[in-house]
Amino acid sequence: MTETLILVIAGGVLFAAGTALLLARPLTRILLGAVLIGNGVNLLVLATSGAAGDPPLLYPRFEAGRMADPLPAAFILTAIVITLALTAFLVTMAYRSWELSGSDDVQDDAEDIRVVRRAALADEVDVRAVRTRQARALQSAEGAGDEDDPWATILGSDT
Amino acid sequence: MNPGAVSYLVPLPVILPLFAAGLKLTIGTRLLRVQRLISVAVLAAVLAVSVVLLVAADQHGPQARYAGGWAPPVGIVLVADRLSALMLVVSSAVTLCVLVYAVGQGMADNDRPTPLAVFHPAYLVLVAGVSDTFLAGDLFNLYVGFEVMLTASYVLLTIGGTVARIRAGATYAIMALLSSVLFMAAVAMVYAATGTVTMAELPARLDALPEGIRTVIQIALLLVFGIKAAVFPLAAWLPDSYPTAPAPVTAVFAGLLTKVGVYAMLRTQTLLFPGDRLAEPLMVVALLSLLVGILGAVAQTDLKRLLSFTLVSHMGYMVFGIALGSGEGIAGAVFYVAHHITVQTTLFLVAGLVERRSGSTDLPSVGGLATLSPLLALLFFVPAMNLAGIPPLSGFLGKLGLLRAGVEDGGVLAYVLVGAGSATSLLTLYALAKAWNLAFWRAPTPEMDAVGTVLERADPEAVPEPASGVGPPAGSGRVATFGGQSITTTRTLPASMAGATAALVLFGLAFTVLAGPMTAFTGRAADELLARTPYVTAVLGR
Repeated sequence: MTETLILVIAGGVLFAAGTALLLARPLTRILLGAVLIGNGVNLLVLATSGAAGDPPLLYPRFEAGRMADPLPAAFILTAIVITLALTAFLVTMAYRSWELSGSDDVQDDAEDIRVVRRAALADEVDVRAVRTRQARALQSAEGAGDEDDPWATILGSDT
Repeated sequence: MNPGAVSYLVPLPVILPLFAAGLKLTIGTRLLRVQRLISVAVLAAVLAVSVVLLVAADQHGPQARYAGGWAPPVGIVLVADRLSALMLVVSSAVTLCVLVYAVGQGMADNDRPTPLAVFHPAYLVLVAGVSDTFLAGDLFNLYVGFEVMLTASYVLLTIGGTVARIRAGATYAIMALLSSVLFMAAVAMVYAATGTVTMAELPARLDALPEGIRTVIQIALLLVFGIKAAVFPLAAWLPDSYPTAPAPVTAVFAGLLTKVGVYAMLRTQTLLFPGDRLAEPLMVVALLSLLVGILGAVAQTDLKRLLSFTLVSHMGYMVFGIALGSGEGIAGAVFYVAHHITVQTTLFLVAGLVERRSGSTDLPSVGGLATLSPLLALLFFVPAMNLAGIPPLSGFLGKLGLLRAGVEDGGVLAYVLVGAGSATSLLTLYALAKAWNLAFWRAPTPEMDAVGTVLERADPEAVPEPASGVGPPAGSGRVATFGGQSITTTRTLPASMAGATAALVLFGLAFTVLAGPMTAFTGRAADELLARTPYVTAVLGR
């Protein structure tokens, strides 16, 4: 059954190409990746129906024993309709994203942004703390002490 | 009633909402009052049908109906056994309450006519998809049910198309699309290996397969349902996408969509892959879900995100029950699913009410709600304690059942999970007590004005959350501008929103009051699942 092997290999190639596209940031590329993988899956489903055969029609010309399995084809048709609808929706979403922010890149999630902000805030605090310490060292060298807590002045009422 | 006649009701929970959705799209934006009436009436009818099915399934065994009169394996079969019927009753009760809440929110915001009234049709299609997954008697129909539900959920999640919702929607849609593709591949594998996708025919044919192939199929299906159910390594998408949606949408997503994944796991693990194969990996997944989820919740400062993380965490309890695979474990998981759908939905609705009252769910900014709105405090307190598992509430009973099943199992991993489950319960209490202390128990914060509306954010690290009104906010309430987003706030809670939330709180308490009959029922449901023959006989008729 060489036909089936070709289908499986083609499905695998589509999977691989789709996965590569999924790893990109722009929504349109991810979408193309999903479409490729979807087609790859459809080929795999088609491969489950075995070798090609006669049309599955209850008609005198066609023998039941030589008919192709119609069920995978029905699965694929359903899957194609679903993928089409989702592709249309995602394309609209990518367009809306581009309209709103000028790019259709998938953004970092809120937790990532929060961690980055926290790190930035901590860096800022560190820099200022070092400067305050240096200033205080200078002042104490000149004999004038400053009792303010640098953390409280920097973070204010938020802490 | 004649048990044969009841089976004609089985397709109704799918057909009725779909029909109503079509009707509403035809009516368009006219006759708003009639439209709301249709939605509420249809969901009430679905609830009534589900209750009848529950009674019939409990007394006369699983009810099966072939769509179009084609007998399986050719035709599509819809089956309502005890588990399906219970899930239907809980989901239709919850969706009805959330709909009333959403209608109340829409009315309070004076529903500006939009070009296409999309919320109600999408919501009804979502309900139809959820019902279809609960009733599906073959794997491909289960896939279609998932797709119907997910397609509606994309629309609901990105309603309004604001920056935050498009950002969250992208993550959610890609994740869901990927899991759908994997599901389709798993269905292809099942068909290639066995030549059927009818769930009633699969047990015999899967048992005849070589061990390796069966394990591959099992892993593929578990992976797909794990993404849907948001168990730990596959849950990163959830806390980021759910909280941005309008409050009723988040509530119904959190309550139902993840549980649909758990339902599919319960069904396939008991019917298709009985025994304790893969029990240990599942237990490890449950353990990590419990701990990582709840530690995430403890770190959150926004009420909605905090609740999203507890959702991920509590998925661990259900997976634990499924992994145990014993009668007690499955019964515990079924009980916990029913309890958790209700409680989690209620808490997200309350988060929506908090936002409406004070303009924000950012915990460092909100305070004093216990004095500003005692009713709201009560509505939060009861389900919060229920989620944390304080006796005698149903959260405690559900956890107790699962922990006892774990002790009975007696394995090392099971004992570790019993410990982790208890720790998670305590940490849930800690996280919710933190939310309670900050938002309700302390004095109003300096960031709030005289009537209790938050004017600015206290937390400099917080990422702005979007407004959660359905449709553009306008009309009755004050509009607080908050991080570039406007949120309608009102001093008194709209009666229908508070009423719907209160109804859900009471529904959650019903699990406590009726705990005896309920545990007896889940026990019978678990026996039926583990016996496998009632389901197979009902579908195949032999």
